[in-house]
Amino acid sequence: MAIKQQSTLDTLREQGRQRLYPDVPRITVGMATCGQAAGAAEVYQALQEATQGTSIAVVPVGCRGYCQREPLVDVRIPGWPRLIYAQVTPDQARELAEAASNRQLVLDGALGREDNDKPLWGEEQILATDSVPEQIDTIPLLRDIDFYKHQVRIATRNCGIIDPASLPEYVARGGYQALAKVLEQMTPEEVIEEITASGLRGRGGGGFPTGRKWRSCREAKGEPHYVICNADEGDPGAYMDRSILEGDPHAVLEGMIIGAYAIGSPQGYIYVRAEYPLAVSTLREAINQARTAGLLGNDILGSGFAFDIDIVRGGGAFVCGESTALMASVEGRAGEPRSKYVHTVESGLWDKPTNLNNVETWANVPAIIAQGPDWFSSIGTEKSKGTKVFSAVGNVQNTGLVEVPMGMTLHELVYDVCGGVLDGRELKAIQTGGPSGGCIPAELLDLPIDYEHLTEAGSMMGSGGMIVMDDRTCMVELARYFTEFLVEESCGKCGPCREGLYQMLHILTDITQGRGKPEYIEQLEELGELLSWASLCALGGTAANPVLSTLRYFREEYEAHIYDKKCPAGVCQELISYRIDPEACTGCHLCARNCPQQAIVGDPKEPHQILTEKCIKCGICREVCKFDAVVVE
Amino acid sequence: MDLTKTDEIIKQYEIAPQSLIAILQDVQDEWQYLPREVLEHIATRLQIPISQVFRVATFYSAFTLQPRGRHLISVCTGTACHVRGSGRLLERLQKLLQIAPGETTPDKQFSLETVHCMGCCALAPAVRIDEKVFGEVAVGQLPDLLEKYE
Repeated sequence: MAIKQQSTLDTLREQGRQRLYPDVPRITVGMATCGQAAGAAEVYQALQEATQGTSIAVVPVGCRGYCQREPLVDVRIPGWPRLIYAQVTPDQARELAEAASNRQLVLDGALGREDNDKPLWGEEQILATDSVPEQIDTIPLLRDIDFYKHQVRIATRNCGIIDPASLPEYVARGGYQALAKVLEQMTPEEVIEEITASGLRGRGGGGFPTGRKWRSCREAKGEPHYVICNADEGDPGAYMDRSILEGDPHAVLEGMIIGAYAIGSPQGYIYVRAEYPLAVSTLREAINQARTAGLLGNDILGSGFAFDIDIVRGGGAFVCGESTALMASVEGRAGEPRSKYVHTVESGLWDKPTNLNNVETWANVPAIIAQGPDWFSSIGTEKSKGTKVFSAVGNVQNTGLVEVPMGMTLHELVYDVCGGVLDGRELKAIQTGGPSGGCIPAELLDLPIDYEHLTEAGSMMGSGGMIVMDDRTCMVELARYFTEFLVEESCGKCGPCREGLYQMLHILTDITQGRGKPEYIEQLEELGELLSWASLCALGGTAANPVLSTLRYFREEYEAHIYDKKCPAGVCQELISYRIDPEACTGCHLCARNCPQQAIVGDPKEPHQILTEKCIKCGICREVCKFDAVVVE
Repeated sequence: MDLTKTDEIIKQYEIAPQSLIAILQDVQDEWQYLPREVLEHIATRLQIPISQVFRVATFYSAFTLQPRGRHLISVCTGTACHVRGSGRLLERLQKLLQIAPGETTPDKQFSLETVHCMGCCALAPAVRIDEKVFGEVAVGQLPDLLEKYE
């Protein structure tokens, strides 16, 4: 195929370069959902007001992944390195704007600097061209700070750098070059071969080889073929897909267009969960731009290839992350899965061949085509190639999104990248894979993170949620929490999942409330096994993992609840009581002021006391005490 | 009930079963809940049984058949929020508002609900009031936060 509109991309690229590297200062603010929750909107507004009447460009961007330190603001003054500031307040933003309008660098409080912009492919841009103030060396290069040092950002290559609402900026970082290459130089077969050779596997959980899926779908009979992007990121604790959609929507669109060309599909759908309104509006805008630029529609880049994408908003049902349930939902029905003896690549949406991949998988595709399969497969482990984005959250120092090569150990991820456990506490377990995954105990921290090792350990990769838990987490309560989640989200179509989970929840609730019986552990194991083999879909099939994995690694904690009626972690309210250690208490009265029940009494500067009969065991006193004087027993 | 607005919404979509969820979403955006008359009207217009419309309207958690208050408070109960204490936030809100999740205060000022993760895990625990997400919310902050929306 020939593409007649190479000039379109050239024009966009030039426009993008001028936007990314203007002759005037450019200030960007991380405005993804997480940034906004940390106050980015107020910072953005302050910057806009402070720069009114100046030529400074104030630009909203997506998320750089360092969510803990949001709002993040980048300031680039032509000729000088870009400086990145963390936890910026509106006041600080105004100061930055004023300094920028005088072309002055503010070194105070900068988190890091960037001397050059080196996209994965495409032109490198040297930022520090003028003579730079000497003190700039006191600010580390952003890529040298611990959080970024170990990362390889492929799927998140543009997040937090480009304006997601700007197609030109995406093109200026090498965007749509892969598509042009595919349309101009490659047959669909060759595209599939490259994806297969790269070793890319599904990033949504299952880890099925992407190239093989594409081939099966291409070869399946029936017209038309559909491609779907699964953006129903339902695993609580995972939000990398949201971040990619909000920060770099064209990466997903380009991946889908390439996939559609390879599979032979005229129509694609992106199924986005209802809880992500910003992702939906960002995608809408991106699709409109792509249509206007001739990157979607009847004659893509003048090649004759026709493909379009529509957005379908989800209704808030976890089970819709399962492919057959998702397709039912696109068809306008309740999202109930069906048995998969006929694969969706043969009979999926409206019973037509349908290829479904998740957001992160699609975002990897342009990089593989642009850089070649060998480059991609040189990253990662033997069977798990490339990188994976993880959301490191929970009781960890630096929470955020990190993209690291497959095969990194859990220890490296938690301690080297994320700075260890919050408040220097002890690591107890890491929960991966969402409600379908399991809990990996601290003893297994040297486990390399890839599909095989996580499954072997009784958990799974899932979509990449990684919840770090310290010694104050009760594993029985956590298992109960996941089971309750799954009971609420079970669609109710098959008995094992609908009834089995309900029984498991009943048992777990009894255990956490002090009514545990010795036979309960065995019953949980039996029910868990039943769910694994008799459920209709993957949701039910993996629903027992949180219970089974905690039973495998933390059985003694179950036993303490059942036999001793004690919660070793001090969480389960019916099994604990609070008291104040008179030795440690300074009588600062902080706990008493915060107690919602007025259950704490004591004279100033004298040890206080908790009135057990009034105490509701909410734990606020323990949380606010600065002297660790509140003891749980 | 005036159904003009519903008709305007339906007009934007193809008259086909697959438009049902999108139409319900727009209706919910308009009224903050799905009124019964509107559900019946949609069933007629899309020529699908009311049972199917009702099935979809009750299957997905984004829909509610009960009118909501002026402000919707959503407490995230995702895993990251859970391990960082969202349970205590929810408890305190229930006490402050005197309602359970899924309910609305008698003065119709607030509705309370829980959501399974809104993707703000790094800033857990998170609470959303209407469109605005608040990160790293502490129990002690809640009374002040509510006051802003009184």
